[in-house]
Amino acid sequence: MGDPQAFAIRYYEAGADELVYMDIVASLYGRNNLSDIIRRAADRVFIPITVGGGIRSVDDARHILRSGADKVAINTAAVARPELITEVSRRFGSQAMVLSIEAKQVAPGKWEAYTDNGRERTRLDVLEWICRGVELGAGEILLTSVDREGTRKGFDIDLVRQVSAAVPVPVIASGGMGSIEHFIEAATAGCADAVSMADVLHYNRIPLEAIRDAGRQAGLAVRSI
Amino acid sequence: MTQKPITLVDYGMANLLNVARAFEHCGATVRVVETPDDVLAAERLVVPGVGAFRDCLDELRRRGFDDVLRRYVDTGRPMLGICVGMQALFDVSEEFGEHPGLGHLPGRVRAVPRQAVDGAAQRVPHIGWNHLVQPESGRDWSGTVLEPFVGQRPAVYFVHSFAAQPEDPADRLADCVYGGHRVCAAVQRGNLMATQFHPERSGEIGLTILHRFLDI
Repeated sequence: MGDPQAFAIRYYEAGADELVYMDIVASLYGRNNLSDIIRRAADRVFIPITVGGGIRSVDDARHILRSGADKVAINTAAVARPELITEVSRRFGSQAMVLSIEAKQVAPGKWEAYTDNGRERTRLDVLEWICRGVELGAGEILLTSVDREGTRKGFDIDLVRQVSAAVPVPVIASGGMGSIEHFIEAATAGCADAVSMADVLHYNRIPLEAIRDAGRQAGLAVRSI
Repeated sequence: MTQKPITLVDYGMANLLNVARAFEHCGATVRVVETPDDVLAAERLVVPGVGAFRDCLDELRRRGFDDVLRRYVDTGRPMLGICVGMQALFDVSEEFGEHPGLGHLPGRVRAVPRQAVDGAAQRVPHIGWNHLVQPESGRDWSGTVLEPFVGQRPAVYFVHSFAAQPEDPADRLADCVYGGHRVCAAVQRGNLMATQFHPERSGEIGLTILHRFLDI
């Protein structure tokens, strides 16, 4: 698509509140090459940065945080070894330990956690797994609907609402953003604390400024820059 | 622009890199010190801090920074504490029991309320962007690091579960409002100043604040 740093700077200047980098094939190929991208971005971007993909250990987390990230998002390695959540939050603080969830609906009001970008099932119930993750030390939830990701049909509002009500930590809704209304719905009906969006911005379908303006008009707490 | 030197205290309890990068972006030259010896020679001192209060204070004391920080503050040269680096300036913290701080400013560090004023449960830690407002004293921001924002409500980035409650209202420089509660967001007494929020993560507004610190 292009140089990630150019995107990072563009979004920073347009008023993004936070940047999330996800290396979605890192777990699959066992590589961890995000740190150079993060290092370059952190030279020019002065908002929080969250990084996920391929983080398997406290050392991996340290490496990413030293590169300039503020938080690491972990899914696959946390499912494989839940104690990693505790280790990362004890060492760097729970605010730096984001539990990344890929949720696939299996029945009405019921979701299963997946790993490896929605490829591998875990048999873990999403709500139970998230509550356990928070008990273990996760300070924030990055909640992606596998069913909605890439569809532009809107966020899985029922999922977002149930997770937001179940945990005391902030929940970031992800997967499905296709219109400004979807963003507002996730924050209002879904009670999401933050909304993550990717290709709607990458492909310039909606300018970030328009999304922010609409959020403010809808009464959401959108900061002025 | 002349390069202004700042000295960053590294006691192993913060992500110094982003603080250093933000100051460098503002035109500062950054010197990182890991031992107390070099602190007293600083022209401008920055003390960041992340994690639990007691861990931070234990490390500051173990490395011998507590005494030298007191002597530095007495010189009247500018010092900026960030996050737990702000909390450390106060008498005592209630995080995981009672733990003494450095005692530069009178007051206690207490938990951010888990209930909003209306009784609804609210998220703690307080994570995210919030607006700075004048404290109840009506203290004027002119002549402070917040001078560029007089008459405004600048948005800055917070991550914290505890916050200082200064005993002397005159020390309070700015508040934020969380769930209807006023939370102390910045203090300043003379050239000793500190922010609960992260200026290095608060976009252009945060950089402006760091820039002002360099101009003091």
